[in-house]
Amino acid sequence: MNDITKLTLSESLEALRTKKISAVELTQAYAENMENCRNYNTYITESVEKALIQAKEADKRYANATNRKLEGMPLGIKDLFCTKDIRTTAASRMLYNFVPPYESTVTQNLLDDGAVFLGKLNLDEFAMGGSNETSYFGPVINPWSKDKPLVPGGSSGGSAAAVAAHLCVAATGTDTGGSIREPAAFCGCTGIKPTYGRCSRYGIVAFASSLDQAGPIAQDVRDCAILLNTMAGFDEKDSTSAKVEVPDFTSFLDKDIKGLTIGLPKEYRPEGLNQEVCSYWDVASEYLKSRGANVKEISLPHTKYALATYYVLAPAEASSNLARYDGIRYGYRASDENMSLDELYTATRTEGFGNEVKRRIMIGTYVLSAGYYDAYYLKAQKMRRLIYNDFMEAFKACDVILTPTSPITAFPLGDESMLQNPINMYLNDIFTVSVNLAGLPAMSLPVGLSKNGLPLGMQLIGKPFDEATIFKVAAKLEQDAGFKRI
Amino acid sequence: MAEYIIETNKGKWEVVVGLEIHCQIISKSKIFSGASTEFGDDPNVNVSFVDAGMPGMLPTLNEECVHQAVKTGLGLNAKINKYSEFSRKNYFYADMPTDYQITQFRFPIVGEGKISIDLSDGSSKYIGIERMHIEQDAAKSIHDLSPSKSYVDLNRAGVGLMEIVTKPDFRAPEEAGAFLRKLRSILRYIGTCDGNMDEGSMRCDINVSVRPFGSAELRTRCEMKNVNSVKFVMQAIEYEAKRQIDVYEKGGQVIQETRQFDPSTGQTKVMRKKEFAHDYRYFPEPDLPPLILSDDYIAKIKQEMIELPDAKKQRFVSSLGLTPYDAMVICENKEVADYFEKAAAGHDAKKVANWMMGDFFAMLNKKHLDINNSPISPDNLGRLVELISKEVISGKIAKDVFEIMSETGKDPEKIVEEKGLKQVTDISAIEKIIDDVIASNAENVAAYKNGKTNLLGWFVGQIIKASQGKANPSIVNKLLKEKLDGA
Repeated sequence: MNDITKLTLSESLEALRTKKISAVELTQAYAENMENCRNYNTYITESVEKALIQAKEADKRYANATNRKLEGMPLGIKDLFCTKDIRTTAASRMLYNFVPPYESTVTQNLLDDGAVFLGKLNLDEFAMGGSNETSYFGPVINPWSKDKPLVPGGSSGGSAAAVAAHLCVAATGTDTGGSIREPAAFCGCTGIKPTYGRCSRYGIVAFASSLDQAGPIAQDVRDCAILLNTMAGFDEKDSTSAKVEVPDFTSFLDKDIKGLTIGLPKEYRPEGLNQEVCSYWDVASEYLKSRGANVKEISLPHTKYALATYYVLAPAEASSNLARYDGIRYGYRASDENMSLDELYTATRTEGFGNEVKRRIMIGTYVLSAGYYDAYYLKAQKMRRLIYNDFMEAFKACDVILTPTSPITAFPLGDESMLQNPINMYLNDIFTVSVNLAGLPAMSLPVGLSKNGLPLGMQLIGKPFDEATIFKVAAKLEQDAGFKRI
Repeated sequence: MAEYIIETNKGKWEVVVGLEIHCQIISKSKIFSGASTEFGDDPNVNVSFVDAGMPGMLPTLNEECVHQAVKTGLGLNAKINKYSEFSRKNYFYADMPTDYQITQFRFPIVGEGKISIDLSDGSSKYIGIERMHIEQDAAKSIHDLSPSKSYVDLNRAGVGLMEIVTKPDFRAPEEAGAFLRKLRSILRYIGTCDGNMDEGSMRCDINVSVRPFGSAELRTRCEMKNVNSVKFVMQAIEYEAKRQIDVYEKGGQVIQETRQFDPSTGQTKVMRKKEFAHDYRYFPEPDLPPLILSDDYIAKIKQEMIELPDAKKQRFVSSLGLTPYDAMVICENKEVADYFEKAAAGHDAKKVANWMMGDFFAMLNKKHLDINNSPISPDNLGRLVELISKEVISGKIAKDVFEIMSETGKDPEKIVEEKGLKQVTDISAIEKIIDDVIASNAENVAAYKNGKTNLLGWFVGQIIKASQGKANPSIVNKLLKEKLDGA
């Protein structure tokens, strides 16, 4: 392991600014780590050669003092972001050969601020999954694994594992139902899903358009703030991106939290919730209390319907979003000898998609079909509104909500109960999906280790476009928890 | 209008028809992307990553298309919905790169409206508009370039469409024809669609059912898709009505299905049965927020609205004295109406209209010119009519002058001057010619006096001829009669 790769992003920036190290050195150090840790299977495509060219450019800019906000920062990019001239697969056979001729807005923003891209990070196929086991390119191994390999969480499993193992200084992720927060929690990283509309979705392979949001996965709260500053912003190419000012998120990190009210939703403490998870939740709220915050029980009465609502709406949108992968214009195409158009569609999609993706396309097709639309899709839309209303009501009495990120810690690869009954896998999302349904910002940060030595994450949920308060509270919680990274 | 009743030896039947018309929106770029809408370019050149359905690409609504849709709604005398929503219509086909079409489903941008149509017997009728929504066009599939492959041209993919749905108000093929002509006229007036059915910028789906005459029931209908001329629409309705009547009279039932009209046979045939109908799985388009129009926005577009054909026709009838029929013909095309108004300014409007509908249109047809390229300016046509009104030239000479104008574009007064075509109104000069003709035709004078009074016309002809057409015919008539009867 290379020492300079143990620096956080803000420390690396400082080291480059003060010329203690060069950008090329930093990139090379990460490239070395990547080579040594291929067994984690975090990268689907490595782009080290390009990264070194970018790093050289960065060193020039440091030399002539034209360095930008992220100059020379070696990042890993979740392979759901389209990157110009770098293969973008969404971890699917369907796009195994797809090289986009365009750049996503979020990655363009990062490039414009001087970031260096080390490569494209593994994920669940089309971001559908909670363990990174549905990737066509194989599962990712959690760097915290001891005797047997553990999952890194999903869908941004490659991102969280790569950050935890220092295979990039920080990474991008996307979150549709917890895909940033759950892997961040499993891998001891900090990740934030900003408010829906904060980051442009342009150029991100769509899973469920009304839920998808990009965000950073990094080593600490400050790094998340620095990255979100660059990633966020209105984009006229995405009609759902918000014309809202982006404050300097780092400016909230040193702010006092005295007098803030922290809400603890009683519905997030179901019977039988893991005891360790419960006690860390209590510890976290004690930390905040001792910083002068008020802690208060709140109610989010429709929580129990969130998972069902999510697993109707997300597949519905996905079934339509993934229709374009039909073998006609790009990506995988089944051998088309003597096939009719319909046969070509069927063969291409049968061979190109994995089982979880097919399952969700089928669920989505079903809930939108004639005669079922009202019973499923429409009802779920109504429930989504009620869940949003719950939060708005709760935020009348508190400033930010504290919950565990996941009911469990990282579990072993190939867990039979989850593979055989997908519902068990879906249940891991119970604390995260409501946030996507309501479009709220939420962060996961590590607060400690379980008895088995595995990271546990806490989630902070904010009001719409109030990431600022999350950063404020998270910075304090982070200090008090004193989590030790790998 | 005269009722359109289909009578068989078993009974009387009535046809019930509704139309769905897809109109390509005139706009510089496509409805959800920045690509050009130019027609007739090389295949697959006007295609953005959005149009090609590339991963991660998102639609953004083109405001120009919204503007055009609101304008069209106002032209249809329809309610503009301040809240509308986009939806996805899901189906797999190679001409739809995302395998869903972005359209409007539950909340269209335009609600109910009506259009008045003029029928051949002089009557008129209102046709109700059910709704109008905006959506994206599909690409074009080309199946005849290769025996084993199909080709797709994405230039058309994503061009904005307005789909206008009528109420089932048509009771005759003629009414559907009149409606399409009126709709095309309105769209061209306001510049929101060029209405070229042969180029596919206006396409018509027809829903036809029949019922015993006098009954109010609505029976099962059949739909005919993409009929591409007014004539074919009328033929398709006629054929389909007779086919359905035949089915009923033979004791059968009409089955709801999609049929295709074949212009070469004039018949319709089954394209898709109901059980193979798509389940389009409509749901709100999550990539686009609802479309909210402010009162100000709509009011501004209202101010842009120009006089539409019906209002213009009314005005031409009431203040310029045109017959309703002439006014309708003149007003169908805005350029024609504009030309007419310029030509008629300060002159005899009825005469100008007659000239336009007669010699003028015939001349344009013969020369294959549209009115904007007419060799005769509206001003000159007006002045030609004025020369006739003021009796400077006769109607007959005017035709010669018109002919010269159409070749040279010259001012009619100059032509009359140069060619010495001025009508002779000087009584003594005309008298002299009359006297000469009488003197040299003593036999016919005698015959006239003996009662063959119809020789008067022959004399007039001789005198006009002797004057080289310049003698004023009414003066000739009057003087000649006096002389023959008095002499």
